[in-house]
Amino acid sequence: MNQVDPNSTTAFLPILMMLIVAIGFAVFTLVASHFLGTRVNDPAKLSPYECGITPTGSARERFHTRFYLVAMLFIVFDIETVFLYPWAIVFKQLRIFGLIEMAVFVGILLLGLVYVWGKGALEWD
Amino acid sequence: MDAAFLIESAVKVLIVLGFVLLGVPLIVWMERKVIGHMQDRIGPQRVGPFGLLQTIADGIKLFFKEDLIPGQADRVVFFLAPALSVITAFVALSVVPFGDKVTVFGRDVPLHVADVNVAILWVLGTTSMGVYGIVLGGWASNSKYPLLGGLRSSAQMISYELAQGISLVSVILMTGTLSLAGIVAQQEHMWFIVPQFFAFVIFLLCGIAETNRAPFDLPEAETELVAGFHTEYSSMKFALYFLAEYANMMVVSAVAISVFFGGWRGPFLPPVAWFLIKLSLFLFFFVWLRATFPRLRYDQLMAFGWKVLLPASLLNLAVTAIVVALTG
Repeated sequence: MNQVDPNSTTAFLPILMMLIVAIGFAVFTLVASHFLGTRVNDPAKLSPYECGITPTGSARERFHTRFYLVAMLFIVFDIETVFLYPWAIVFKQLRIFGLIEMAVFVGILLLGLVYVWGKGALEWD
Repeated sequence: MDAAFLIESAVKVLIVLGFVLLGVPLIVWMERKVIGHMQDRIGPQRVGPFGLLQTIADGIKLFFKEDLIPGQADRVVFFLAPALSVITAFVALSVVPFGDKVTVFGRDVPLHVADVNVAILWVLGTTSMGVYGIVLGGWASNSKYPLLGGLRSSAQMISYELAQGISLVSVILMTGTLSLAGIVAQQEHMWFIVPQFFAFVIFLLCGIAETNRAPFDLPEAETELVAGFHTEYSSMKFALYFLAEYANMMVVSAVAISVFFGGWRGPFLPPVAWFLIKLSLFLFFFVWLRATFPRLRYDQLMAFGWKVLLPASLLNLAVTAIVVALTG
């Protein structure tokens, strides 16, 4: 018996090792290239790239609210997805009961999707 | 837990890391060669046999390039963002089973870095952390093209993440487990591509969009946004973004193989060979798509994600749930 129980915390230990190795790799390459590369600075080179034309204004501009709208819709539907996972795991025990329960839950969210669709929140023009 | 487990894990971590670091140059070479031939050119052929060492040479070159940090950039975030991208890709790969058990020194070694009971959630969670790498990189550059690229990318990735997550739920309804090793174990008689073909199609389309590959490569649309979120990046920071993109292609392919194509299962050849064959076919498919399709327009892209893929994945889930509830 030398298998690690997939339900135990020990099963995550190799992932932690992978995380440490990956961080080490990323830090090593970034630091190494930082010191290996030559460096010749001048103000034009350090200015933001705008196809060779002198940059106008700041990049910290306001951007369109549509991006916020997508983010908000995402949160609503992503929470739905998060609820679907534990439901799917125990679905074979719940059977018809689970089906009806989830149909009500997803049905309400689908109504929401139809509503935002009708309101034009999904249009991008 | 014992010392042998720690050593075994460390060896597997290094194998996966080495596999990615050697595999990515190979994929890039394959992509350039295949696209070259598809466009009636010959692709790289000067460095090494068949140009095989071209990507390695490019990598070494990038190491010695000037590490330019734009004057107005947020320096800490500018460093952090590419590292975040590449770390999440590596960590996601650590739960993918790439072979059956092998016996080393009388010890059964399962061929995956970690077998956790929430493997699919782990992959989805870490790959969505990858969005931060891109949006923070775009924001930290303090330049207009990267900012637009980063915003587009985040909106695209979160939109396609929904359908991707829901398409996987319909497979989990059938398996009752989130462990990738467990899902592979249940595909002994039939691959899940057969009952869940639509889920696979949705998953793959979302995977292509998640990795920002053509025809969904809007965040780095060269013709309008220069290079998108990594316009201001140079040297190894750029290389890390590049590495992350190809490592993420590996993640999507590996998860698709494990969930829909029986993982390492296959006749005659050893399991690891089957895994590599399937992985190569998937990566070839990614390249083939890039050579075949023109880029989508941004409104088409968002409409496709929200109005086609999301309802389709919910419909597929409903049909699967009804069938599973009635038949058990």
